[in-house]
Amino acid sequence: MIKTETYQLSMGPVHPSTHGVLQVLLTLDGEKVVDSVPCMGYLHRGIEKLMEARTYFQCLPYTDRLDYVSAMNNNFSYCHAVEKLAAIDIPEKAQYLRVIMAELNRIASHMIFIGSLAVDIGATTGMIYPFRDRERILDIFNELCGARMTYSYIRIGGVRSDLSSAIVDMINKFLADLPSMLDEYNNLLTGNEIFQHRLKGTSLLSGEQARRLGITGPMLRASGIDYDLRKDNTYSSYDNFEFSVPLGKNGDNWDRYIVRVKEISESAKIIRQALDGIPDGQITAKVPKVLRPPKGEIYDTTEGPRGEVGYHIVSDGSAKPYRIHIRRPSFINLQALNILCKGYLVGDVVVAMSTIDPILGEVDC
Amino acid sequence: MHEGLLVNLTVFLTRIAEFIFGNIFIAQLFIVLLEIVVIFAVISLAVIIQVYMERRICGLIQDRFGPNRVGPFGLLQTVADMIKLMSKEDIVPAKAEKLLWGITPMLLFIPAALVYAVFPFDNGVIFADIGIGIFFVIAVMSQGVLLFLLGGYASENKYSFMGAMRAVAQMLSSEIPIAFSILAIVMMTGSLRMSDIVSAQSGIWFIAVQPLAFIIFIIAMLMETNRTPFDLVEGEAEIIAGPFTEYSGMRWALFFLAEYTNLLAAAILTVTLFLGGWQGPFLPGISWFILKVFAVIFVFMWIRWTFPRTRIDQMMALSWKVLLPLALFNIMATGIGIYIYKWIY
Repeated sequence: MIKTETYQLSMGPVHPSTHGVLQVLLTLDGEKVVDSVPCMGYLHRGIEKLMEARTYFQCLPYTDRLDYVSAMNNNFSYCHAVEKLAAIDIPEKAQYLRVIMAELNRIASHMIFIGSLAVDIGATTGMIYPFRDRERILDIFNELCGARMTYSYIRIGGVRSDLSSAIVDMINKFLADLPSMLDEYNNLLTGNEIFQHRLKGTSLLSGEQARRLGITGPMLRASGIDYDLRKDNTYSSYDNFEFSVPLGKNGDNWDRYIVRVKEISESAKIIRQALDGIPDGQITAKVPKVLRPPKGEIYDTTEGPRGEVGYHIVSDGSAKPYRIHIRRPSFINLQALNILCKGYLVGDVVVAMSTIDPILGEVDC
Repeated sequence: MHEGLLVNLTVFLTRIAEFIFGNIFIAQLFIVLLEIVVIFAVISLAVIIQVYMERRICGLIQDRFGPNRVGPFGLLQTVADMIKLMSKEDIVPAKAEKLLWGITPMLLFIPAALVYAVFPFDNGVIFADIGIGIFFVIAVMSQGVLLFLLGGYASENKYSFMGAMRAVAQMLSSEIPIAFSILAIVMMTGSLRMSDIVSAQSGIWFIAVQPLAFIIFIIAMLMETNRTPFDLVEGEAEIIAGPFTEYSGMRWALFFLAEYTNLLAAAILTVTLFLGGWQGPFLPGISWFILKVFAVIFVFMWIRWTFPRTRIDQMMALSWKVLLPLALFNIMATGIGIYIYKWIY
């Protein structure tokens, strides 16, 4: 008697398109995915535990190493939480600088997304262009704080350094060139027939499913739910700027791609407004040398490029946090993998994984 | 038409060999063996050039340099790579079917090289001008799929096996459109002989007469040679390297060699069937041939570095639902065209 049976394929942790060391256990029927289970933990470094043994200031570099393609946003989120806990008021100028850098980093992060999606679909050239352009943002950050990936630029109480005129020029030049860069990606990828066929109508995630899984960020917005902390729970100086939140309709791979591409131009809009409106003043508030926040706890969130970055900090009144829990958007977004892959082909798994856009440093923490 | 330089050279060498051996039969046998050596040398050289070309073109398209350090303009990069591959450890997977696994890369080169027997490189320069030339090419080319299957099966690796299965599905779907698009050409020439097909294009190239067949042929040839947008067999983002996953070092290099040999064969076939073969004004036939072949290879590489990869079901749908009906329609149109042509003249 002839019969077919399903088999297990362990995709990763060493695999070209798992964006790091993620293992996905696929149950396959031929090429069709029956079940997919993401197995995490290959990059676990125990950051949350390590933070318990460090002072609040010493914790900051660890946040760089969570989501290493958008370290600014992690710094931002952590500092914002600690400041709220310790009730420190931040100068307006520092707020503006934070927003500029966080949005620049969001652009860089979305460029990585476009590049890695392109290479997962097989368009090698589509990867090179966004990575080349992202390099200019890294140059700006390098000029700003001497680091290309792990910035620790946003500090508790403010930011590390002021903008020099050279950096302002670099940012302005980058913003001026951004539309032509986006045109290039659109010509190479967005308009490509094969690219569209691969993305449209695959890996659907409805708004309801996304909401139930606690998915946030561009992935949630691609499913049509308008939820952006920059608008809905406005923090820092985001309420001073005009920008729109791009939404998708179907929640397929295509929407997740398009939402991120549109977010790049929205971020550019914010940066432009912030650069024009930087107020004068201090770049750091007065923060005690040894920070001892009052006893209590706080959960505070900001909008990172991948979704809601949240820090739950419990303070026992000492110089070190009693416990820190980090809400990593990649980790939670990755839980949708099974829904995105079930019933599709192996070729769609890598695309779905790409459009979730997980950073394994953040997933495994 | 002028007799090519290479024909004169062969005649000259045969005379010398006859003088040395004193026997025309042994002399001819010697020349045939010499020709085999020459063909292999040409293939190897062409592969080295293609690898260099691919990397430079890729660099050009991707706004970077490509190899430019080893030798002048990086020309010796491929040689350096080859030395590196040869000096690598020979890793044999513990669970593999050792014999099948070991002979696959060697066997793979045979069908890839065999098709060169019937390619007309210049006027009269053809290894074996057999009456079923193009049929022979299609038949031999399709043998490659067996070895992909063998390599994937013998590796005892799920990725390899998936790649092998994909290879079978893909090559089966590509060969039928190829055969049917060539059929339109054969209907016009009335001969399967390669030299006849080339000489039939002395007035007008078949690309002008059979544009549809040309497009179908190019797309199907991309599938046949596993190049983007149809590189599903290797699809490195999905199944790592398909049937080659477990191969490393020199064994892998043999796969690589076969791949580029196939690409060259695809380009030569395109030139022979649609671009007038070695024919062209002023320059000798062989230079026109090389020019055209490398122009076609450039187009293949350009396509590779521009397009994303399709999905397996999309590739199959394209082949069976679009290319095959179009090819059949093209055959019908060609038949009607020939009938009308004969009725007028």
